[in-house]
Amino acid sequence: MAKITLDNLAHSYLPNPASEDDFALKELNHDWDDGAAYALLGSSGCGKSTLLNIISGLLHPSQGRILFDGKDVTHAPTAARNIAQVFQFPVVYDTMTVHDNLAFPLRNRGRDEAYVAERVQEIARMIGMEDMLKKKARGLTADAKQKISLGRGMVRKDVNALLFDEPLTVIDPHMKWELRTQLKKLHHDFGHTMIYVTHDQTEALTFADKVVVMYDGRVVQIGTPEELFERPEHTFVGYFIGSPGMNVIPARIDGNKAYVNGSYVQLAQGYKPLDGKVEIGVRPEFARLSQSEGLPVKVRRIEDVGRHKIVRAEFFGTDINIIAGEDDHVSADMNRVTFDAAHVNVYANDWRVPGEAA
Amino acid sequence: MEKTVNQKAWFLVLPVLLLVAFSAVIPLMTVVNYSVQDTFGNNQFFWAGLEWFKEMLESDRMWDALGRQLMFSGIILAIEIPLGIFVALNMPKSGFWSSFCLVLMSLPLLIPWNVVGTIWQIFGRVDIGLLGYTLDALGINYNYTQDILAAWITIIVMDVWHWTSLVALLAFAGLKSIPDAYYQAAKIDQASRWKVFRFIELPKMMGVLMIAILLRFMDSFMIYTEPFVVTGGGPGNATTLLSIDLVKMALGQFDLGPAAAFSLMYFLVILLVSWVFYTVMTNLDKKGM
Repeated sequence: MAKITLDNLAHSYLPNPASEDDFALKELNHDWDDGAAYALLGSSGCGKSTLLNIISGLLHPSQGRILFDGKDVTHAPTAARNIAQVFQFPVVYDTMTVHDNLAFPLRNRGRDEAYVAERVQEIARMIGMEDMLKKKARGLTADAKQKISLGRGMVRKDVNALLFDEPLTVIDPHMKWELRTQLKKLHHDFGHTMIYVTHDQTEALTFADKVVVMYDGRVVQIGTPEELFERPEHTFVGYFIGSPGMNVIPARIDGNKAYVNGSYVQLAQGYKPLDGKVEIGVRPEFARLSQSEGLPVKVRRIEDVGRHKIVRAEFFGTDINIIAGEDDHVSADMNRVTFDAAHVNVYANDWRVPGEAA
Repeated sequence: MEKTVNQKAWFLVLPVLLLVAFSAVIPLMTVVNYSVQDTFGNNQFFWAGLEWFKEMLESDRMWDALGRQLMFSGIILAIEIPLGIFVALNMPKSGFWSSFCLVLMSLPLLIPWNVVGTIWQIFGRVDIGLLGYTLDALGINYNYTQDILAAWITIIVMDVWHWTSLVALLAFAGLKSIPDAYYQAAKIDQASRWKVFRFIELPKMMGVLMIAILLRFMDSFMIYTEPFVVTGGGPGNATTLLSIDLVKMALGQFDLGPAAAFSLMYFLVILLVSWVFYTVMTNLDKKGM
């Protein structure tokens, strides 16, 4: 177990990156605390896997250093880092039995057979494959294979960190829950540093203490699920987390008022004059349809998703979503919207601008 | 839904039947026909029953040729398969040099058999051949026209030169199909280079290797042109492989009956060995090797 420090880290797949656009992973400084569970969240191609492979040593960064407990391991091979990693698609050694597959990482490190046998039993129980240990891994279903991969990742107790690269993609939904719970339990019991890459926000939010959101090769926000929800630091975070995501509306800011097409939205705090692309962001949860107050909207349709209703509407030419409670009455004459001032964030060039006390 | 029954559909397979009949069945039956008859020329044939088969089974000549043939196929497989795998493992995986290697290795495969024979025949000559002359100059006694060992080494090296590329190309294709994640997982699991080969590369190459072994076995078992051009079956009968012997018998001595019986048994041996080989390999495959 170790604290992992990324120091000025960046990576490009091109031999001579010219501009920032050439970097798959843009310059990054971050400490991964020892024993914490992180989720690395972002859409496909945002550099999540690149970052993971750099940590495990499968990829060497084009610049910067990576330290385990203060020790520079930037150029250390994977084996020397003592990391476990599980990949998106199952990797099993076809010709071995399930037992030998699980034992492989231990045997390669020269652990004695008694310990190996005991450990394999334990892991087999954890992934629910005790009765399949003698079977060849070839010919098992994709989910059984992925469970073996997970098991192989968890079989070593002394790893510095456990990395998961979208490990549950091929697993069916009901098993997903169970394995995710097992992973949380494993984390709770042994306190490994865990980094879990995913593009599924539910998975990220349920698994991790801290969620690292990546966008276009850059870490845009690191925070608890609550922070990501309440104060998205970047419009991407607002949009990516939440269902539906945050409404982003172009506006002009003047003090503690945001002007949208001549009408204003009250803000909780005052702001200095802002340059560039200025927008306000408000989550659908903090918008409310009303008959009389607020700004005019054109309601286009209402989706009842069970727990609540999602109102899809048009607000001065921008699409916005409003969440109304399941029991809230929505009538045809409700064509105005109000926002909860405390939860309206202001963004300049996609980044959140902190307000000044009003 | 009701099925339409139309027996006329059989006519659709007629072209294939005709093609196969003319290309395989009829020629084969001609051989069968020769194998049970005797002739003294003039196109007069007499029924001989299984006489030729009996004679062939009792002839040392055929057994010796078969022995030499098995030895030849065994030796070239034992060299070409591991060598091909070794070459494939050490080839650049991508980029210019990968394509370069692929083209370079395809070259021997494109050369006609008798040209390959001629190349090596000249290459090995002590008077004008680069190889023969050099060896001679180094004081090594190398003369494939007189020395049995030298003759064998020459035809084996020639076959290895000609066909290892095929094994290497097939093995390379097998290797290329292994996803990166396997190698990455192996690194994470701290597997040694040998274990990566034994548990990842070899099992993933098994399918193509099986094809390579089968192809190389059948091809080498039927080999004729190259050794014939180089040694003509000599010195003595030392490199007279099955098909060389067969041609001698059929065209040299015009013993059509025995030659026909011989070729049928030859054919059966190939069929049998291929079948045994295939069955064993697929069973291994099912059991997960």
